[in-house]
Amino acid sequence: MASKPKLSMYWASSCGGCEVSLVNINEKILDVAANFDFYFCPCLLDTKKEDVEALDDGGIAITFFNGAIRTEENEEMAHLLRKKSKLLIAFGSCAYEGCIPALSNLHTKAAHFKSIYIDNPTVDNLLGIVPKHETQVPEGKLTLPAFYERVRTLSQVTDVDYSMPGCPPEPARVWNVIEAVIQGKTLPPKGGILGAGNSSVCRECGRKKEDKHITRLYRTYEIIPDTEACLLDQGLICMGIATADGCGALCPKVNMPCSGCYGPPAGVFDQGAKMVAALGAILDIGEKKGISEDELIRRIDMLVDSIPDYSGTFYKYSLAGSILGGGRA
Amino acid sequence: MFEPRIVGFLCNWCSYAGADKAARAYPPNVNVVRVMCSGRVDPQFILKAYKAGADGVLVLACHPGDCHYKEGNYKALARHRILLRVLAGHGIESARCRFDYVSASEGDRFIEIITEMTDTVRALGPYAGNTMGKRS
Ligand code: SF4
Ligand code: SF4
Ligand code: SF4
Repeated sequence: MASKPKLSMYWASSCGGCEVSLVNINEKILDVAANFDFYFCPCLLDTKKEDVEALDDGGIAITFFNGAIRTEENEEMAHLLRKKSKLLIAFGSCAYEGCIPALSNLHTKAAHFKSIYIDNPTVDNLLGIVPKHETQVPEGKLTLPAFYERVRTLSQVTDVDYSMPGCPPEPARVWNVIEAVIQGKTLPPKGGILGAGNSSVCRECGRKKEDKHITRLYRTYEIIPDTEACLLDQGLICMGIATADGCGALCPKVNMPCSGCYGPPAGVFDQGAKMVAALGAILDIGEKKGISEDELIRRIDMLVDSIPDYSGTFYKYSLAGSILGGGRA
Repeated sequence: MFEPRIVGFLCNWCSYAGADKAARAYPPNVNVVRVMCSGRVDPQFILKAYKAGADGVLVLACHPGDCHYKEGNYKALARHRILLRVLAGHGIESARCRFDYVSASEGDRFIEIITEMTDTVRALGPYAGNTMGKRS
């Protein structure tokens, strides 16, 4: 019997949710096992890095790589798995566009170390010890993987064949992709997106859309929204309008605005800027006739100043992958 | 002296015509993109301009109430106010992104704004985050 193609899944700077999403394909995991030799996955299997190194280049058919690139180790594994895999797939928002880890790009590495290891109220660290790449001890030199200044996406460090959006990708979409590979279907051109649609979350959302006029923005804790009407119409910043479809509008279905985890829709190259465009078109500042330029600005600012965190709202998942990359240049 | 590169999105109905009325010499730093309405300026275009090497971006619209399409300039203003806040998260100073009004007859005002913007961005220095590499 010819040996089955190898499948691997790796976590870089990630939370583990992407692995949960893979196993949430439930009994289909048996089909995966029937068609693939699930070879390497530190979260679920015992194979080691050495076992990957021992393979021929291209010896793994598919690698689902989740997690962003934050450390030297993340990058090393990205290069190794690139070399050993025929298809390297950025699996989930962290690998695809940086996701939550990339919001840390708004601050420096030094500031992170200070708040985590020194200012942290539950830590006593009078000597101000922070992790170092190299530490000299009497017995010799100890090293840790370097912690980089910025978080990068997988495609910013190595060549990626496809990206699967979502935080995490929906199990049904994960299965669609695996099934397409098992059935030998033609995949889209290299560099494309797998497991998402060509439209926006609004397409999958059954809420009633009206002509939008927003006179006040609300944060989710401030109102219990109507369950039928579009959440954006009700003044909640629902990113669905600037987010690729694929999840089935999960969040609006449970009365929560979409926060954008499926990334920009097809044809949009900056999710945050797209949302700014949409929002700017629907803010309603009342009668504008005879109003001074300053008053116009005052009214708009009053509305938008109620948004507590601009990067975290417009680029919750896509900061590292955005056009300007976020943070101090 | 540092010569900033500025991308100016000028509305066809007002500022673009206003620029034609500019009867005196003005700084050559603004690369003009003619648009059919300031409301057509997708904030993605602005981010792309910085990425491609702009040190500043200017959006010039019709005065309030004068938009050829009624509301385009209000939308452009609202987008600009939100974008300024978003740009801060990208490490871009708000002075690098200016929104203003110039009518088709305001050649002098056009010159004033271009000159001011060029001076402001020159004082700020090059935008460090663009991908055009180091300039001499
Ligand atoms: S994409 Fe979401 S679920 Fe997957 S590792 Fe990142 S944070 Fe976790
Ligand atoms: S904006 Fe949100 S709530 Fe409204 S239709 Fe789109 S996804 Fe649904
Ligand atoms: S509704 Fe938005 S945030 Fe929620 S799962 Fe779908 S894409 Fe992600």
